[in-house]
Amino acid sequence: MSVTLESQVGTPWKKPPFITNPALRWGILLFAVVYFFAALLSMEVNWHRVYEGLERGRKFIVAFAHPDFGSRASDIKEGMIESVIMTVTSTIVGIAISIPIALGAARNIAPLPVYLVCRFIVSISRALNEIIVAILFVAIFGFGPLAGFLTLSFATIGFLAKLLAEEIEDMNKVQAEAVKATGASWLQWVNFGVQPQIMPRLIGLSIYRLDINFRESAVLGLVGAGGIGATLNTAFDRYEFDTVAAILLIIIVVVMLLEYLSGIIRARVQ
Amino acid sequence: MPINDKNGVKVWQVRDRNSQLLRWAMWMAAGIIFYLSWMKISDQTTWFFVYDAPRIAADIGGRALPPRWGYITQLGKPIWDTLNIATLGTFFALCMAVPVAFLAARNTTPSKLFVRPIALLIIVSTRSINSLIWALLLVSIIGPGVFAGMVAISIRSIGFCAKLLYEAIEEIDETQVEAITATGATRWQVMVYGIVPQILPAFAGVAVFRWDINIRESTVLGLVGAGGIGLQLQSSLDILAWPQVSLILAVILVAVVIGEWVSAKVRGAII
Repeated sequence: MSVTLESQVGTPWKKPPFITNPALRWGILLFAVVYFFAALLSMEVNWHRVYEGLERGRKFIVAFAHPDFGSRASDIKEGMIESVIMTVTSTIVGIAISIPIALGAARNIAPLPVYLVCRFIVSISRALNEIIVAILFVAIFGFGPLAGFLTLSFATIGFLAKLLAEEIEDMNKVQAEAVKATGASWLQWVNFGVQPQIMPRLIGLSIYRLDINFRESAVLGLVGAGGIGATLNTAFDRYEFDTVAAILLIIIVVVMLLEYLSGIIRARVQ
Repeated sequence: MPINDKNGVKVWQVRDRNSQLLRWAMWMAAGIIFYLSWMKISDQTTWFFVYDAPRIAADIGGRALPPRWGYITQLGKPIWDTLNIATLGTFFALCMAVPVAFLAARNTTPSKLFVRPIALLIIVSTRSINSLIWALLLVSIIGPGVFAGMVAISIRSIGFCAKLLYEAIEEIDETQVEAITATGATRWQVMVYGIVPQILPAFAGVAVFRWDINIRESTVLGLVGAGGIGLQLQSSLDILAWPQVSLILAVILVAVVIGEWVSAKVRGAII
């Protein structure tokens, strides 16, 4: 140590690099630069069209100053109610289904075959994008909020069951064993030994998922699965930016309210 | 500990009567809300289609399988576009998210009263609107194509990245910053030597995490005309070419799984 210190005296200090291996560092940088230019060059941008669009972009930003809630009020109201309904029902059903799956996907509770099946369900649900699932459900069940409800419930399972299963795997074994030692049955064991430990996390995640489901329900309408998205799409197609601004403002306000609410509830349960 | 006296025998209960009643009322309210919502959904559903669903699903499944493997030669360019939308989108989003994060963090913002609320507003508004809606908006403003998709992804990612980054900035160790300040460093030198090294791992983690999410999101942007493999999906759906749809879905699934694998590897190497 002292030898290296001696040799370094007098030379100015340099920041240690983030990636220590120089070959890897320069390799990644070179690759990134080459890729960056290859990607940019392969992108065909019609600058003339973009330039023309700037005027519409300005109109859109101006529209936020005077959003038009009035002229499509009934459509907006109906779409929002449908979105909220889809959000609430799908979150409730999603939670109800994901609790047993979470129990099955926790390695310290479930036997191996059950564990594998539940993990498979979780990864399928996580890998498929909501919109793609919605397209399939619309094709199978027809247009309307039922397809959206099913999509969101399905997506909730992957999210909630995975995070809840991780929480169960991290739980304190001592408490669960104490309950088991009293001679409790399996159900009693889960109810009094496991459930109280994961309850705060379950409530926090459920509220968070409610928030996500609302945001997602706003786009499902684009593929015909009900909600405010259909109204939004129509407004875009007609270049009615005032109405678009109104809908987007409502979505932002609702999401902010939900986030504020979830902050309060999570602070209380934890 | 609520204990009920039953004929002289003390029986332990989990809750006392009032909290039990309150809980019951809450469950009841939730049940009623769920029932009313479900009725509303049920009213707007053509139940005939739902009863018919198993047959339709089997029919679609029968048409979709086996996938049309020959079509894969036409998917190379769309997948490359999708990758570019996600990667460049993440890159530009990070370029914009970093200043916003520094303006939003309580310990680095120049003004808590004016600048911080504006930065928080940018974060909230970009975060609460889905990238598909941003894509819809940009397609109608600057026209369809990969460029619109990339801009949509980057706008959507600003809020997400900036939020996680500013939380990381607020959690830094102040003593290191003080030590740098004590050497007489300027504001920018404090930033570079005191703050940035502390948040660099969080930054790399956020970047890779968001890239993974963006790969998923960019696969569907084509549905509204914003480029990538979603365009092929939309056109195959429009002509009911189910064997092509199933192949595209398989390709998307593979892309998503590879994206998740790469991001898990990189995050494992950083943390």
